[in-house]
Amino acid sequence: MRTVHLAAPDDFDGWRDAARALALARVPPEEIVWHAGDGAPDLFADEAVLDTAVEGAFSVPRAFVALARDAVCHADAERFALLYAMLLRLRDQPRLIEDHADPLLRRIEELAKAVRRDVHKMRAFLRFRELEEGDQPRFVAWFEPEHHIVRINAAFFVRRFATMRWSILTPELSLHWDGATLSEAPGASKADAPAGDPLEETWKTYYASIFNPARVKIGAMLKEMPKKYWKNMPETALVPQLIAGAQARESGMIAKSDLKVADAVAAEPPADVGGNSRLAWEALREEAAACTRCHLYKHATQTVFGEGPIDATLMFVGEQPGDQEDLAGKPFVGPAGQMFDRALAQAGVDRGTVYVTNAVKHFKFEQRGKRRIHAKPQGPEIEACRWWIEQERVLIRPPLTVALGATAARSLLGKVVTISGARGRPHVLQDGGEAWVTVHPSYLLRIPEREKAEEEYARFVADLRAAGARAKELA
Amino acid sequence: MAQLDTREKLAILADAAKYDASCASSGTAKRSSAGETSGIGSTEGMGICHAYAPDGRCISLLKILLTNSCIFDCHYCINRKSSNVRRARFTAEEVVNLTLAFYRRNYIEGLFLSSGIIRSSNYTMEQIVEVARSLREDHGFRGYIHLKTIPDADPELIHQAGLHADRISINVELPTEQGLKRLAPEKSVEGIAGAMGDIKAAIEDKTDAKRRFKSAPRFAPAGQSTQMIVGADSANDGEIVTRASGLYDRFKLRRVYYSAFSPIPDASAILPLQRPPLMREHRLYQSDWLMRFYGFAPKEVVAATGADGMLPLDIDPKMAWALKFRENFPVDVNRASKEMLLRVPGLGIKAVNAILLSRRWRTLRLDDIARLTVSVARLRPFITAADWTPGGLIDRVDLKARIAPPAKQMELFAA
Repeated sequence: MRTVHLAAPDDFDGWRDAARALALARVPPEEIVWHAGDGAPDLFADEAVLDTAVEGAFSVPRAFVALARDAVCHADAERFALLYAMLLRLRDQPRLIEDHADPLLRRIEELAKAVRRDVHKMRAFLRFRELEEGDQPRFVAWFEPEHHIVRINAAFFVRRFATMRWSILTPELSLHWDGATLSEAPGASKADAPAGDPLEETWKTYYASIFNPARVKIGAMLKEMPKKYWKNMPETALVPQLIAGAQARESGMIAKSDLKVADAVAAEPPADVGGNSRLAWEALREEAAACTRCHLYKHATQTVFGEGPIDATLMFVGEQPGDQEDLAGKPFVGPAGQMFDRALAQAGVDRGTVYVTNAVKHFKFEQRGKRRIHAKPQGPEIEACRWWIEQERVLIRPPLTVALGATAARSLLGKVVTISGARGRPHVLQDGGEAWVTVHPSYLLRIPEREKAEEEYARFVADLRAAGARAKELA
Repeated sequence: MAQLDTREKLAILADAAKYDASCASSGTAKRSSAGETSGIGSTEGMGICHAYAPDGRCISLLKILLTNSCIFDCHYCINRKSSNVRRARFTAEEVVNLTLAFYRRNYIEGLFLSSGIIRSSNYTMEQIVEVARSLREDHGFRGYIHLKTIPDADPELIHQAGLHADRISINVELPTEQGLKRLAPEKSVEGIAGAMGDIKAAIEDKTDAKRRFKSAPRFAPAGQSTQMIVGADSANDGEIVTRASGLYDRFKLRRVYYSAFSPIPDASAILPLQRPPLMREHRLYQSDWLMRFYGFAPKEVVAATGADGMLPLDIDPKMAWALKFRENFPVDVNRASKEMLLRVPGLGIKAVNAILLSRRWRTLRLDDIARLTVSVARLRPFITAADWTPGGLIDRVDLKARIAPPAKQMELFAA
């Protein structure tokens, strides 16, 4: 067994000299014990690395030297042996350095990567504290790196803080910069560094204020700022309370906004509500006029937006505009619309007080000769158009919404339902509103048997009457 | 109103700045203080994130507004005229001192300064420029400076900003013109595009001058960037991706940032009131990466969207593209071109480079690929290797279910 004593845990030059000599003598890796720093030497090992020096030289790829420089700084006790084993192989096959799938090279690359990350994190997470010392302050930092990186990182702090006097204290090694020269000293303890800095409260204020409680992503934070670094960073003390407060703050913000709109609808006289909300609604309608969220805009004449008072307490949602609506630009004016009007009047609900709109705002059709035949909108079209209806609902906040037909029910409830299954009972919507489901008036137009048609029509009127009464209750 | 102290102002003006997503401090010229007797700071190309907030965003720069008073009334903005947030204003000197004090303690890489518009665009821009000038000229600050410019300020002021700043940005705010009209009525698409065009021209002029005269002053060496708010208007992902790629091409932008619209206190009634679409924001950033580093054309990313023009939320856009255009797979890791390898879901740029180098040396087997990647199980159906062929796997209808991560139960704080 041969033992190599290196001067320090990050002694790259020492490793290189020893490794070169050993490789020239073709000493196999398993016959070498590597010691770095103050570790107790192996009593039974030879003192000299080699009995006789072997003359000669060989070259290795430059990429390996750079890799080894980093990997040497890793805390893994095996690093010197791994690097030596790699060196022996590279001596015979220099191009092996390109084979990143090689297990040994891969392992060394992982070591170097961990070191580079630690170097970067030291530059990022080290915090100076100001120490009054004579006429010029000194900035002192306490840092606990994972690997032996302090020495290779010194130049960075010199480049950045050359005109300051500073000290970096770590358990293994301390650095002192007096504005002109860098000196090394033995390791220190946390107690040797100042306990605080008056500016830290200001920094914590910044940290807490720049944090956005609406978008908590703890995993993303921990990935880049693992907990092992937290103990020496003043701002991390705030993390638990910021997370705890986040959800309460977020729901508070949403509730507050909800309340504002809801209060406006409920408490203020209708004339006043018109002001801002009507402007917002007009802007929304204008934006919708240029909608290209799905392909239906290509063939339709225009977007048919909803219609009715902004303070309506009852909203009706149909399927999509038909041939006549598409040309008129207004919802519910065709045959089904006329049927709807008649039923509404019979149910005692004033059409002028309700807001009517469609789940899909462009006419979808198939051209057959000169006629445009209604085609049922598909899932993606309903999904694409949902954005508009959600915006309409935010502005109008109807306490009660009635879905006319399966397409409207799907858009409102966010899932496919059958009319028979969903009819006749309340559904709670995501925004807190209540929804009821009934048939679409066009269904009534398509029933061939007169008796059945009359029966269904009566049922439809009854649904509308119930909705009118329920809306009054909720308003 | 009682006078606010610096900490109170900082709380207000940092809070007001947090909806700006940009935090980069990279890509600028190298500067160092070594050998200098005055001044402070350095930049080294790669930016440093000095802390991370629980929102997962990095804190690299002191990101603040000079003031959160504003004469504009943009509905998505917490600082709009009609919002009743508390107002505060820093003096230029206060910002300079705070930046230097934070920098000396290694809290930050530099300053990102923006502002609400007070009095006029020119007056506001003058104040912003004064902060940067003082840092550079009075204090020899060599750290990073990012200035947000006011769209219709005098081009001469924007020019001065570029001489001091590393990066200049101007927000397009919303992906669609209709959205901008509705939510930021005082801003115009033409005004913003004009300012971006001016900055692009200035950057190119100075780069050209620098080539001929070494002493020519630098102009925004880290280039210009912009930001779009996602989820406040009706634009779908396809439209956003197309818009972003148009901006990259026209104005040679370094970055287009996306900011998921967050519910803000005292929100305007015109805005949606849901949780910010963080996953959607993430997918847009991934698609941005595909276009900038993976050789995807914008229309290919658009082709990966669903019928509603949206990117799938459950799988990444590269996987979505691969599942949709399966005729391109499997890809032979031992023979395929770099372009094709980059299209394999689960193969990143580093892995592809490692494959290209390693295969000169050996015929790659599945184990080799496993060592070079994070999850070989995910990408296995898309490749062939010396000892592996996916067989009919690539054509299976349930392929997505086999490789997509199973739906997880929502965490309390999940995005």
